[in-house]
Amino acid sequence: MTEHANGSPARLDVRELEIRSGRDGPPVVSGISFAVRPGGVLGLVGESGSGKTTVALALLGHTRRGLSVTGGQIRLDGTDLLRLRPARLRALRGAAVSYVPQDPAAALNPALRVGYQLTEVLRVHPGSTADPAARIREVLREASLDATPDLLNRYPHQLSGGQQQRIGLAMAFACRPALIVLDEPTTGLDVSTQRRILDTVRQLCRGYRVAAVYVSHDLAVVSELADEVAVMYAGRIVEAGPAGGLFAGPLHPYTRGLLAAVPEPGSDRPLTGIPGQQPAPGRRGPGCAFAARCELVLEQCRQQEPELIPRPGAHAVRCWRAAERSAGRPDLPRPRAAVAGPGPAALLSVRGVSARYHGVPALSGIDLDLPARGCVAVVGESGSGKTTLARCITGLQQDWTGEVALRGVPLARAARRRPRQALRQIQYVFQNPYTSLNPRKTVGQIVAEPVQRFLGLSRGEQADRVAQVLHDVALGDSFLARYPDQLSGGERQRVAIARALAAEPDVLICDEVTSALDVSVQAVIVELLRAAAAQRRLAMIFITHNLALVRTVAQTAVVLRHGRLVEAGPAAQILAEPASGYTAQLLADSPRLARPGAQPAR
Amino acid sequence: MTAAGPPRLRRHPWLAILGQAVRTPRGAAGLGLAGFVALVAIAGPAVAPHPATALLTFPFAKPSGAYPFGADFLGRDVLSRVLDGGWALLLMAVSATVLGIAAGTAAGISAAYLRGHTDGLIMRTVDVILAFPQLVFALLLLSILGPQLWLIVLAVGLTHAPAVARVIRAATLDIAERDYVRAAELQGMRPAAVMAKEILPSLSTPLMVETGLRLTYSIIIMSGLAFLGFGQQPPAANWGMMINENRTGLPLNPWAVIIPAVMIALLTIGTNLLTDAIGQAAIGVDRKPAEAALLGDLTPADGPLVNGPVR
Repeated sequence: MTEHANGSPARLDVRELEIRSGRDGPPVVSGISFAVRPGGVLGLVGESGSGKTTVALALLGHTRRGLSVTGGQIRLDGTDLLRLRPARLRALRGAAVSYVPQDPAAALNPALRVGYQLTEVLRVHPGSTADPAARIREVLREASLDATPDLLNRYPHQLSGGQQQRIGLAMAFACRPALIVLDEPTTGLDVSTQRRILDTVRQLCRGYRVAAVYVSHDLAVVSELADEVAVMYAGRIVEAGPAGGLFAGPLHPYTRGLLAAVPEPGSDRPLTGIPGQQPAPGRRGPGCAFAARCELVLEQCRQQEPELIPRPGAHAVRCWRAAERSAGRPDLPRPRAAVAGPGPAALLSVRGVSARYHGVPALSGIDLDLPARGCVAVVGESGSGKTTLARCITGLQQDWTGEVALRGVPLARAARRRPRQALRQIQYVFQNPYTSLNPRKTVGQIVAEPVQRFLGLSRGEQADRVAQVLHDVALGDSFLARYPDQLSGGERQRVAIARALAAEPDVLICDEVTSALDVSVQAVIVELLRAAAAQRRLAMIFITHNLALVRTVAQTAVVLRHGRLVEAGPAAQILAEPASGYTAQLLADSPRLARPGAQPAR
Repeated sequence: MTAAGPPRLRRHPWLAILGQAVRTPRGAAGLGLAGFVALVAIAGPAVAPHPATALLTFPFAKPSGAYPFGADFLGRDVLSRVLDGGWALLLMAVSATVLGIAAGTAAGISAAYLRGHTDGLIMRTVDVILAFPQLVFALLLLSILGPQLWLIVLAVGLTHAPAVARVIRAATLDIAERDYVRAAELQGMRPAAVMAKEILPSLSTPLMVETGLRLTYSIIIMSGLAFLGFGQQPPAANWGMMINENRTGLPLNPWAVIIPAVMIALLTIGTNLLTDAIGQAAIGVDRKPAEAALLGDLTPADGPLVNGPVR
C-alpha cells in the first residue's frame, strides 16, 4: 500500500520498518509498511504491547533506550529519516515532524510559562516564520484558544487538561510540519473535552495538509477521526486499509474480536473479549502471532506466518483464512434474553450522603437504592464524586453525612467502626489493579486473606475455597504461588475480583475496574463480573465514566456531576431518552464505533 | 525488570538486592573490608598468641619476633589486644543499630500510617531528641548514670531512632496511600497488623540502606565513646580505648595506635561502601520512584536537619 489509492503521492512512506531490542535481539516490530498522503489521518490501532508507540516514536527518528532500528525506510517527502545525521534529524524534529504526547501535563515544563514554551519552538527553528508573535496568535486561534496575555503568562498547572492539550497541539503545528504524530492525545480527558480536541485535530490536519499518524487503543475514536487504519498485533500490522471498509468488514480474527469487545452506548449485548495474551517480543513463534488466541486457527497458522496481502478494492489483511471469510458484518452476539430482574426491596440504600474533599464539597445529598441482585451504574466524569460516593459507602472516607443502610441497618461511617460481618457484606474492587495488590504477597496469600478473616473455615477448607474462587475468575492453580508483578493487568484485576468474591459479599462495588485495561480485556472482565454476580446473586454498584458500558452491566443508572445527582432511572431509558441536557451531551460526545452492519443504537 | 526470577528471590527482594550489590566492585570491596574486620573481631580472641591483659615486656616495645606489633603503654602485646579488642565493640555497635532501627521503624511507620495526633506527637518528640547532638546526648546520659555497657547500647540506639523514624516515615507516607493498604483495612485488619503485614515488607529497601548507614555511625560513636573512656573499662582491650591509651607513645611504637585505628577505619569504610552499593542496586531492582528518590537522597522529606553528623 505504498501507492495511495487516489494517486496523490504519499507524504509519509514507511517501508518494511523493523525495530529490534538491541542490535540482534528479538524484533519488537517488523515488516511495518504504510503510507499517508497530505491531509490524511492514519489510525495506528493496537492494544498495549502491540508496538504502536514504538512505531510512532520511530517516525520521529527516535527509539526507546535498548531498542534500535534494524531495517526499513521512513520517507518523509522522499527523505529517509533513518539515514539522516543526528544534527539534520534534530533540525527536522519540531519543524517538519512533530509530536503530540499522551499526557500534556507531563510533557509541558511545569516551571515555564506556556507563552515561553510556545515561542521556544519557533526560536529553535528560526527559519519557520518571520513574525513569531503573530504566528503564535494564529496557531492558538486555530487550536481554539485565545492568545490573550493572560493565557500566555500562565503556567501549565493553571490550565485545564483540555487547554494543556490544545497548547500541545499548537506547539506541534506552530512550524507547519509535514508530519504530525499524535500519541493517544485524548486519553485521560473527559468525553466532551475529547470530542472538542478531536474536532480541532481534524481541522488542523485538513487545514495544514499534514500527514497525521494517530496512535490509539480506542477503536471508536479512531473510527471517527482516521481515514486509513492499520491494526497492530504483536509487532505486526495484521490488517490495514480505508477506515470505512475496515470497520464495516473486518477480516482478521483479531480485528473482529477487538470490534466485538467495544461496548456500544445503546446496546446491552454481552461483550466478548479475546481470551489469552499477546506474546512478548522473543516469545513469538514461527507462525501467526495471533494463532494461540484465534478461534479459526489452522495447522498452517502455527507453522508459517501469513503475508499482509493487499486485496484489490478492499483492505490488506495478514491471515491465511482471509479469502474464505467474506467481508460481512462482524459476528456480534445477540442481545441477551431478559433474566430474572432484581428484587423489589432495597438491599443497600443511600440517603442524603454529602461529603467534602479538602474542604470543597465533593458530594451533596446523594440518594441511591441498590436492589438485591440488581446492578446500579454510577456514571460521571472525573471530579463528579463517583469515587467519593464509593468511599463513603465502604467507609474508607469517614467524614461524610447522611445515611447508608444495608438491609435497613445503618452502617457506621468509618470502616473500622463497622462489625466484621458488615465489612464482609460490602466488598470493593479498586480501579487500578497495579496498586491494589500487595507486591510482596502471592496470589494465594492475597485471596486467602478474606477467607481466613471472614469465613471461619478450617485450613483445608480455606485452601479449597481459595482455589475455587480463583477458578471462578478463570485463573488456575498455577497462579497461587505467583506474585502480582508476574501477572498482566487483566490477571491482576481478576485476582482483585477474586479477593472480593472470596469474602462472599452481598454487595460488590466496582470502581472503574476496567479503565486501566485494554478493550479486549475489559470485555472479559465485564462479562466475568456479570457472570459472578448472577451466579452468586450479588448486587453490584458499577462505577464508570464510560456510558457505553452502562447498559451492558446495569439495569439502573445514576448520573453524577460536580457531586450532584443529575439523573437517575432505568439504564435503557437514560441512554435512549436522557432527561437532562448534561446526560444528552455526554451521550452525544461519546465516541462511537462506525459499525454500519451492526444494529442501530436504539 | 519484572522478569521471572527464582522463587526465593521473588519472595525476598532484599536478597536479590544484596546479591546484586555484592557483585558490584564497590559492594565486593565493602563486603571484603567489613568481612575481614568482622572476622578479626570474632575469631581474634581464639587465635590471640598472648593473653590480652598480661604484662609481657617493657612499655612501647618495638615490634619483634614474639610481639609483631610491639607492646602498648603497659608492655602488653599489641597484636593480642587488637585481636581481643574488637568483638565487644562490634557487638555493641550491632545491638545499638538493631535497637535504633527497630524503634525508629516502629515510630516512623506509626507516624505515617496513623497520621493526626500520633504523627504530631511522634515527630515532635523526634525533633526534640534531634536537637541534642548524638554524642553529647550519650555522654550526658553516661556521665549521670555511669559507663554501663547496656546503657551505652541503649543511649546510642535511642539516639539513632529519630533519624531512622524520619526516613521511614517519608517512605511509608507513599506506601500507606496505596490501594492494597485500603483493601486490608476494608477486611477489618487492625492497624498494627496493617503496618506489620502490608506496609513493613514494602520498606525492605530503605530499611537495608538505613541499617547499613546506622551501623557505620554506631561503630564510629562506640569507638569515640571508648576513646573517651565510656566503654569497656581497663584493663579490657578495646580498639577505641587503645588509641587513647597509647597515643603518648606514638614516637616509640606507633603501631599501638595505628593498628586499632586502621581496624576501625576499614570497618566503617567497608560498611559504608556496602551500603552505597545496596542503595545503587535497589534503584535498579525496584524502580518505585519514591523509593529511588529516597535512596538517591537520604535527607528526610520533612525538613533539613540541624545537627552535624547525625542524619
